[in-house]
Amino acid sequence: MRLTKSIEEIRADFPILSTKAHGKPLIYLDNGATTQKPLQVINLMDELYRTTNANVHRGVHYLSDRVSERYEAARETVRAYINAGATEEIIFTSGTTASINTVAFSFGERYIHEGDEIIISGMEHHANIVPWQMLCERKRAKLKVIPFSDEGVLDLEAYRSLLTERTRIVAVTHVSNVLGTINPVKEIVAEAHRHGIPVLVDGAQSIQHGFVDVRDIDCDFYVFSGHKVYGPNGIGVLYGKADMLNELPPCQGGGDMVANVTFEKTTYNVIPFKFEAGTTNFTGAIGLAAALDYLSALGREAVACREQSLLARATAGLSAIEGIRIYGTTPHKVSVISFLPGTIHQYDTGMILDKMGIAVRTGTHCAQPLMERYGISGTVRASIAFYNTEEEIEALVKGVRKVTEMFA
Amino acid sequence: MNINEIQDQIIDEFGQFGDWMERYEYLIDLGRSLGPFDERHKTPEYLIEGCQSKVWLYPSFENGIITFSAESDALITRGIVALLIRVFSGHTPAEIVDANIYFIEKIGLRENLSPTRSNGLLAMVKQMRLYALAYKAKQEHS
Ligand SMILES: Cc1ncc(COP(=O)(O)O)c(C=O)c1O
Repeated sequence: MRLTKSIEEIRADFPILSTKAHGKPLIYLDNGATTQKPLQVINLMDELYRTTNANVHRGVHYLSDRVSERYEAARETVRAYINAGATEEIIFTSGTTASINTVAFSFGERYIHEGDEIIISGMEHHANIVPWQMLCERKRAKLKVIPFSDEGVLDLEAYRSLLTERTRIVAVTHVSNVLGTINPVKEIVAEAHRHGIPVLVDGAQSIQHGFVDVRDIDCDFYVFSGHKVYGPNGIGVLYGKADMLNELPPCQGGGDMVANVTFEKTTYNVIPFKFEAGTTNFTGAIGLAAALDYLSALGREAVACREQSLLARATAGLSAIEGIRIYGTTPHKVSVISFLPGTIHQYDTGMILDKMGIAVRTGTHCAQPLMERYGISGTVRASIAFYNTEEEIEALVKGVRKVTEMFA
Repeated sequence: MNINEIQDQIIDEFGQFGDWMERYEYLIDLGRSLGPFDERHKTPEYLIEGCQSKVWLYPSFENGIITFSAESDALITRGIVALLIRVFSGHTPAEIVDANIYFIEKIGLRENLSPTRSNGLLAMVKQMRLYALAYKAKQEHS
């Protein structure tokens, strides 16, 4: 599998990659937090504001029609990218967090009662913990947690035993933002469905790595953020099976989500509009579609392949450093590598790497329960994208070596 | 030495370093030599919020003079804390409250710290001043 562009061509598409940080060439390895945007997205957003800005679905005029068409075309692009069954199953939100909160609220209103149970995993981002906790508090329901091994693999045996007749929904992450583990979501969904229980998959860390097919996974909800898949900020997606979305009450009221409004009674619009109250981030949605088109044109499998090869290089290089601890050691993982060099604090490591121009993330990565599971206060996380180079990975390894010398 | 003389001395010391690496190596050394911290004071009460690394700051007040001791789990932070203690410890509440802290910028620490991190640094300075204010108020009422 080969990318359709050379690495030089690809890097030229991302102007920010030529930034200098503290006078050194920036080495951006914080792609798990947010990804950089190609010119194809930046220029399109610019063009939209210059030539095609009007409110969607609200006008009879030329510009409104043009932008509404492009907004709906963006929905179709997202549908095709994740292989959803129908375009109305794609709801635009402001991001993963908003998508999960929408489901937790709407599903919770409809289906959760006192004593019911909700299952999440021990490796969730706070965005897939807190909304469910809030729901549990509102409805006096119970949160149950799937444990995982030292390697960072979910314990499916334990998962099966957590499923009871009180379980109402399962919400798990496709890929751990700390460990990089790709969870067996297809199996998790199949097992839940055997009990008639729907599953939400948090795709914030899987969408950018090429391999998402919601119909193959058969999940009931799949959510992700545009900014983590080379698209703009403030746009995200909530995919839901049509049957499910039709059953749920809307989460927010306002314009566009209604069919008919009187002071006595309001009837709601059909999906997806029922869940898109108010003026949506239509420029963001169109920009997101451009980002997905960019990845498709590069070759999704080739993107995944390149990232795996960079990950292998980083893992080999870092593992050779004495005393290093890597968190997330299953071979079935994406290009995210969490580590601690010996007893050196993640913050010390991150500070020194920063001075070398290397951007990594340090801390708990919004996954405090996971840190507690390992008994640590945080990690250093390098998250690699296809636009990173072999030289950058070598620089990271060299940088971490230097850190271990400085703090020896 | 008064607070400004100490600050000037620190600025002089850092002025001798050629590049960032030497400055950080010095901070790391300072971190290593930070005095011991009483484990009993490692409680939430003395933990400073707003830092990426954990920092505990413990004040004591005797004969009109404030002494600070501190601890952190990160070495560079320990180095920064050591500098702050050198500047603030051993002075009266009024001296600390009135002090103008300029050495952080002059030694290029603030510009080298990202906003969230420098918040941590500023949070430490703020906490030291708050303790001084509290002791000052106590003095005035006794
Ligand atoms: C696994 C996972 N879920 C959810 C989120 C939240 O995404 P956002 O902040 O874009 O809503 C993140 C972001 O870091 C994540 O990694």
